[in-house]
Amino acid sequence: QGKFTLLRDTRTDGSFLVHHFLSFYLRAGCKVCFVALLQSFSHYSIVAQKLGVNLAAAREQGQLVFLEGLKSCLDLLFGEEEQPGQPNPLQFLSSAELRALFEFVRASLAPCAQRDWKGPVLLLDDLSLLLSLGAAPVPVLDFIHYCRVSVCCQLQGNVVVLVHSSEDSEDEENELLVNSLCHHSDLILWAEGLATGFCKDVHGQIKIIKRLSLRQAAEQDQVQIYQYKIQDRNVTFFARGLSAAVL
Amino acid sequence: LVFTEEDKFGLYSNLLFKYFLAEGIVCGHDLFVASAKEHPDNILKELPAPLLDDTYRKELGDEAAVVNSEDCQDSMKIAWRYQNLPKMETSPTTYTKFGHYYDLSKKMPAELCQSVKWHSFYLHEELSSEPKMKAWNMNSGYARLLQSIQRIISQEGFDGSDPQKKQRNVLRIGIQSLGSVLWGDDVCCSDPPADPHSLTKFLYVLRGLLRKSLSACILTVPSHLIQNKAIMERVTNLSDMVVGLESFIGSERETNPLYKDYHGLVHVHQIPRLNSLICDVSDTKDLAFRLKRKLFTIERLHLPPDLSDTVSRASKQDLAGSAKPLSSGCGATGTQHLDF
Repeated sequence: QGKFTLLRDTRTDGSFLVHHFLSFYLRAGCKVCFVALLQSFSHYSIVAQKLGVNLAAAREQGQLVFLEGLKSCLDLLFGEEEQPGQPNPLQFLSSAELRALFEFVRASLAPCAQRDWKGPVLLLDDLSLLLSLGAAPVPVLDFIHYCRVSVCCQLQGNVVVLVHSSEDSEDEENELLVNSLCHHSDLILWAEGLATGFCKDVHGQIKIIKRLSLRQAAEQDQVQIYQYKIQDRNVTFFARGLSAAVL
Repeated sequence: LVFTEEDKFGLYSNLLFKYFLAEGIVCGHDLFVASAKEHPDNILKELPAPLLDDTYRKELGDEAAVVNSEDCQDSMKIAWRYQNLPKMETSPTTYTKFGHYYDLSKKMPAELCQSVKWHSFYLHEELSSEPKMKAWNMNSGYARLLQSIQRIISQEGFDGSDPQKKQRNVLRIGIQSLGSVLWGDDVCCSDPPADPHSLTKFLYVLRGLLRKSLSACILTVPSHLIQNKAIMERVTNLSDMVVGLESFIGSERETNPLYKDYHGLVHVHQIPRLNSLICDVSDTKDLAFRLKRKLFTIERLHLPPDLSDTVSRASKQDLAGSAKPLSSGCGATGTQHLDF
């Protein structure tokens, strides 16, 4: 409860982690607010079906609040004049202000009287995209901070955020964002492409960093490293060097 | 959203662009062509003519059959361990019926061009901006292009908004030289550019439009002119597929014997991972392309067999250093000379 998890990917695509967390929290009965900026609803829905979760049904029941970024931005730019009571959460495309997005998140995860779901969860895919859309890194960090305060501290929920990064990246704003978030996260799942290049049997390596040093001063962070291979309905993890292709 | 990085002189990326459009015409899809460089009417006049007769297919089939039968007869004597490996197909088999072939020396007949509905957007002919664009905060050229695309999509019913339409068709969108100075964006000439977010915002909105409708889009971008690599990274994250073309014209690789059969390299930076956890990754990532009059082939890069009598170690190392390593199928071609 009350944890901030950072999903990070380097040289590879870490979106399988997003799909995993989405189906994990929905199956656990949590109320999920999913800010999906990168892909359409049908993409997540089809993958979730393979993982055994029905997103459309969850949305109907109110368990899942889905913000489809691609659709909202079209409504903002091509739609009619917005109603005064409901500002479009993607207003930052025109005004570079993330406040509307935060209000949307807060409103969707506020405890409601109808159904009693277990802890609220905010899932964001992906944060690096906000920089591409005109927001500066400091407002993005402020937005995340507000989300943490409201979701993790006030509502005792969890926040899971995906960012892209790269060692020799020239995108300084992004690196600033990622480094700052790393310092504030309770758990970091870092999916990296193999340093030796592309391989058919091992798609990458995942580093799991439990930031125990955040909660207690003398503790050290615990780091575990596994390698993984993504399949159609599943991801298999194994210890380094022990891929099924080798054994 | 297929993002193509142009080669230095734009020859081959233009070719891919034209193939995309020509295929659209032959398949009966609607087209939308946008450019700031050439008038779209001219682009459409220059499309290659499709090879619709079957005799050419048969020719290709015969060639391949001859090659196959020759190879099968030589069983390997020295490198017999390689015999059991599957034969490496360097070029796609000629029996696939996916797509059509085109003859570059002939132009597409005008009647064929007229048979599909096509829309064009030529930046310099567009009227001045409409009033709603203040909310956009984006380069005006891009904004106008997006409005034009959105208008076509909703008017022609590609987004499924008109249930009366019996036959759904696909819209192929081709945008040439996006990001170049001609579009009013200085991302290619200054670092940092005046408005670094225009291109990325444009791509995001375009992505939204594509996801919402039955359309596919190919963009060509002169990425070798973009100094700011941060933008290239962001743009890669926003596209479904990113392909870079590197032609050998004018570079030292043109005379490199390693590359003598090819005209350039193809770098696949990203492939789409849509609707699934996995993506369809091929075995090797070293691809090269070669252009013949009737065929533009993309093949796996492989070293030609070393048939020279004198082998100098130094030059071999240079070649190996500049080329990326090849797959193990290289030995299957059956080299005659020993090399110790």
